[in-house]
Amino acid sequence: MRKNANLSALILLFILLGIWQAGAMGMNAAYILPSPIQIVVRLWELRGPLLTAHLPATLQCTGIGLAISIALGLLLAVVMDWSTTAEKMLYPLVVASQTIPTTALAPLFVLWFGYSIWSKVFVTVLIAFFPITITVFDGFRSAKSDMIDMLRTFGAGKREIFLKLKLPATLPYFFSAIKMTIPLAIIGAAIGEWLGAQAGLGYFSRRMMTQLDGAGVFAPIVLLSAVAMIAVAAVSWVERRLIKWRASL
Amino acid sequence: MLSFKNVAFQYDSEDFDIIDGLSFNIGRGEFVSLIGPSGCGKSTIFRLISQLLTRKSGEILVDGVRIDGRRGYCGYMPQRDLLFPWRTVAGNLRLPMEIQGGISRAEMDKRVAETLKHIGLSGWGDKRPDELSGGMRQRVAFARTLLTGSELLLLDEPFSALDFLTRIGMQEWLLDQWGRDHKTVLFITHDVEEAIFLSSRVLVVEQMPIHRLVSFTVPAPFPRTRACLTEPNMLALRENLIDLLRREVNT
Repeated sequence: MRKNANLSALILLFILLGIWQAGAMGMNAAYILPSPIQIVVRLWELRGPLLTAHLPATLQCTGIGLAISIALGLLLAVVMDWSTTAEKMLYPLVVASQTIPTTALAPLFVLWFGYSIWSKVFVTVLIAFFPITITVFDGFRSAKSDMIDMLRTFGAGKREIFLKLKLPATLPYFFSAIKMTIPLAIIGAAIGEWLGAQAGLGYFSRRMMTQLDGAGVFAPIVLLSAVAMIAVAAVSWVERRLIKWRASL
Repeated sequence: MLSFKNVAFQYDSEDFDIIDGLSFNIGRGEFVSLIGPSGCGKSTIFRLISQLLTRKSGEILVDGVRIDGRRGYCGYMPQRDLLFPWRTVAGNLRLPMEIQGGISRAEMDKRVAETLKHIGLSGWGDKRPDELSGGMRQRVAFARTLLTGSELLLLDEPFSALDFLTRIGMQEWLLDQWGRDHKTVLFITHDVEEAIFLSSRVLVVEQMPIHRLVSFTVPAPFPRTRACLTEPNMLALRENLIDLLRREVNT
């Protein structure tokens, strides 16, 4: 069944790539729409700078941004779960933060933080902390009320209920949040680099744009997608090993 | 052991007291079942005893002392086993002791091992709850209630989700446990036969709101076998209780 699902996805992917290839060949304007084959060839040609200089820069930015997003997201979720007043104060602000047009404001971040890594990290955090906060907070809220009641009859207070029940019960939500956040963090880092950087896959893509190298614009994006897919698969692997009880919830 | 004195309670969503001036007593070491139609407020009584709800007026005493502000005077076993899936069987059994605090890990492990032996599940401590059958899970949930160390056990329809054969097996098993520990048990059920088989006394919710509980002494000595259910006085009690419950539902 699983193999069949993978096969169906692969068949669809090849059909779409085929349509793209045919369209690009028909259009014959690689600076606007490069074909998949042209992109793969360009990726191979540019593998040196992409893998040794730009990918590490993006990964560094993504890693720092993700770590800060996780820490901030968890902190906000814990505080909002702990106190209803804090929830009432913070929840609307957290939601409002997602209405900020990050792409439009990012040049401002470059003014604030300069061309250092922190302007990119700021964009990444702004985009990535939201799903962690909301999903983990929902996880805390999902703890079954009859389990909470049972712990209360054992004499548990707020702290014990949090440590013994809410925290472990939220683990599956936490992993879902991380899987959601990884692609967003990569997108955030790339947007930050696109708008102002001296290295990174976003920066490289933009540079190729100025040279009207369509395949060169797409090559780092393909690499970013691959990194995101590998990272999500790795997190899923850890999750499967760590939370064998997920189906029992 | 447990006394209700003129207790009243009202849910915020309702404009009347679901429990109104209720008084009753349960003696130490008694096994008492509480029966009544669904939604009549049986579980509310449990929630008042365990302070998950706060009464409007009256007094609830355990061992002659008001329950207010006290901890660990009763063990509560809910309808579903509520075993934590991320903990092993032993981890689930340690839970009430971890919350009580002041018990060393070695002592906890010792008590868990003794209790597992007691309930016939020695060697199952390292298993995850999803590896256990429904009956085994209920036994673990009962053991967790025992490990609260409380003399008063509140069992809220603990076997209602089990299939018939497992349920009667668990009833016999529970009687056997009670015969050994002689804890005071208050047992909610909607199954009249289960109430008669297990209890020394059956309390029936006579009307809603609950003003009083009608008490019936079960005319059979302990230890019991299921054969006692076919004795004429037990059959008469069963019919009597069913009639009473029917009248309540019809009114």
